[in-house]
Amino acid sequence: MTTIDPARTTCPVPATETERVLLGHGSGGQLMAELLSEVVTAQLGEPGPLEDAALVGVGDTDLVFSTDGFVVTPRFFPGGDIGSLAVYGTVNDLAMRGARPVALALAYLLEEGLPLAELREITASVARAAHECGVRVVTGDTKVVGRGAADGCYLTTTGIGVRLRGAFPSATRGEPGDIVLLSGPIGAHGTAIMSAREGLGFESEIRSDSRPLHGLVAAMITAGGPDVHALRDPTRGGLASALNELAEASGVTVEIDEIGLPVPPQVASACELLGLDPLHVANEGCLVAFVAASSADAVLAAMRNHPAGRQAQAIGVVGEAGGLAKVTARTLVGSTRVVDMLVGEQLPRIC
Amino acid sequence: MKYLDEYRDPVLARRLLAELRTVATSPWAIMEVCGGQTHTLVRQGIDELLPAGIRMIHGPGCPVCVTPLETIDKAVAIAARPDVVFTSYGDMLRVPGTSGDLLGVKARGGDVRVVYTPLDAVRIARENPERQVVFFAVGFETTAPANAMAVLHAAETGLRNFSVLVSHVLVPPAMTAILDAPDNQVQAFLAAGHVCAVMGWTEYEPIAARYRVPIVITGFEPLDLLEGIVLAVRQLETGRATVENQYVRAVRRAGNTAAQDVVRRVFRVTERTWRGIGPIPASGLALTAEFAGFDAESRFATDGVRTAEHPDCIAGRILRGTAVPTDCAAYGTRCTPRTPLGAPMVSAEGTCAAFHHAGRRQSTVEAAR
Repeated sequence: MTTIDPARTTCPVPATETERVLLGHGSGGQLMAELLSEVVTAQLGEPGPLEDAALVGVGDTDLVFSTDGFVVTPRFFPGGDIGSLAVYGTVNDLAMRGARPVALALAYLLEEGLPLAELREITASVARAAHECGVRVVTGDTKVVGRGAADGCYLTTTGIGVRLRGAFPSATRGEPGDIVLLSGPIGAHGTAIMSAREGLGFESEIRSDSRPLHGLVAAMITAGGPDVHALRDPTRGGLASALNELAEASGVTVEIDEIGLPVPPQVASACELLGLDPLHVANEGCLVAFVAASSADAVLAAMRNHPAGRQAQAIGVVGEAGGLAKVTARTLVGSTRVVDMLVGEQLPRIC
Repeated sequence: MKYLDEYRDPVLARRLLAELRTVATSPWAIMEVCGGQTHTLVRQGIDELLPAGIRMIHGPGCPVCVTPLETIDKAVAIAARPDVVFTSYGDMLRVPGTSGDLLGVKARGGDVRVVYTPLDAVRIARENPERQVVFFAVGFETTAPANAMAVLHAAETGLRNFSVLVSHVLVPPAMTAILDAPDNQVQAFLAAGHVCAVMGWTEYEPIAARYRVPIVITGFEPLDLLEGIVLAVRQLETGRATVENQYVRAVRRAGNTAAQDVVRRVFRVTERTWRGIGPIPASGLALTAEFAGFDAESRFATDGVRTAEHPDCIAGRILRGTAVPTDCAAYGTRCTPRTPLGAPMVSAEGTCAAFHHAGRRQSTVEAAR
């Protein structure tokens, strides 16, 4: 007979790395939030709620201002590449504050040895994407570092936009009673990148949803005006992190219905295989909105009339602050669970 | 989606819950062995919808959680060597050892890589002949065949720079250890479907007979678990104690004999220490003499590794099913997925992490009571 020795039933002292930057600090989840509050905003001053882009008033005009770095690997993936992603990413951050994008600055950080043909291809993609979005790349910078000091090519884009008339979306404006609208299926970008990166050899072709969203936002603002309370594109950290951030900034709670969440079958399969939660997987072509109930139908109809929002749907409601968690989901058996932010890096499970 | 959606049908789920309410007349305690099952139960909130008196005890079936501290410490020591590429399944990277985790080693310059199959580790070894490539071979009977294949493959191709750090564990000895414990409360098991897909269920029949305990081989989807629970309760209510197969779409009585053959060729059964439980005889796998040359523990001297356990965390009781995470004073405060005190808070399949991800808090549980 085996006996269990109670003296062995113990656990170790925590020894989590706290003095170095971990990959998880860049995953858009809790670790990143800690890094921002403990290191960045602690020294640069609290900028208020962390928005995708900042409003800067100049005379009578509200400029919207944002910057974003792009380090995606592989640089070319099903559905996009680092060049178009760098344009769409910043355009979308501007759009989340209700802006029409106007101009971009583009900085290259290149590793010695990068084939020029690849740089040409990336730049051509930047040009195509900028043309598509109606923005011009008006200034930039190029730096080259020695072999091994960077991984091929990183891009940074900084964008300026002008706030659309009647547009006041902010992470802080969510209100109890708002309807939560989602513009399209989730999880495609993250799973496309992961299957390309890890060489998983999925037979299926999952394509990134990378695309600009400013046109969709303009249609939503036309339909709902100031009733479009909050907008966010759920990139790193996925829909779960975006909803948690909006709920936190607005001081509200969110309840979503897990049964109706639009997860494409191929994405669902890949997530099952890798042990990932689609709610935590990155997107590059959809947005989530808190819209006043009185305008929700009109805004939803406007979204469905736009090519980037054909599959838009309501996924939940905004509630009063309080209770046990910021974001909860109704499960398929009718129970409720908390939808938490991603903690660190997504770690595929064993079995 | 074929093989997924049909096991997540909300209408059928509610029907099974209703059936369970009519079947269950007495209180019963059922252990789901596998961490994947715990994850589904807690994520879907199934355990909270069960009829009063039906209690799920969360079992020790998370390989990440039961890998002994000493092995984690050895992994950290080996991974820190400049000549080593250390490869592992992703969720081992955050398990805290005495002096850090594998992610920390990576941040400090160690070459630690996530792989999805041990054959990728073999490939890395082939492509980097000047480096020593080590694969962290953990898991239950489910992962053993692929890990055995990797060793066979390395042997056949004469790869000298590949080795495995083995910490394989076996399910049936853990079940009997739980049943033998004086404070055991488990009256029936949901056995781990994937383990049985490899091993079949003949080795569970003597356990069911000897301990008079129903064992239902169960899958991992919400409907699988509900059906498994109904089958277990039916047996308990009628005084039967047999091995029953709920997971018919994946499991045959004999299992996957080709996989078993590979495992038997590369591994032998040995005593293993289970983190939080202690040593259990004949409960793990080690390399056979023929393949002992691939043992990373002997290739890299790790004798100097000193392990230190801390008295605060109750992982042992959780792994044996005599406590739930919300019983722990550190749960959700000092111990979170961000700052795990113990392994069950690390892996998505760990009971503490499953509770935490589903937002179970001390206050929720008290409110539910």
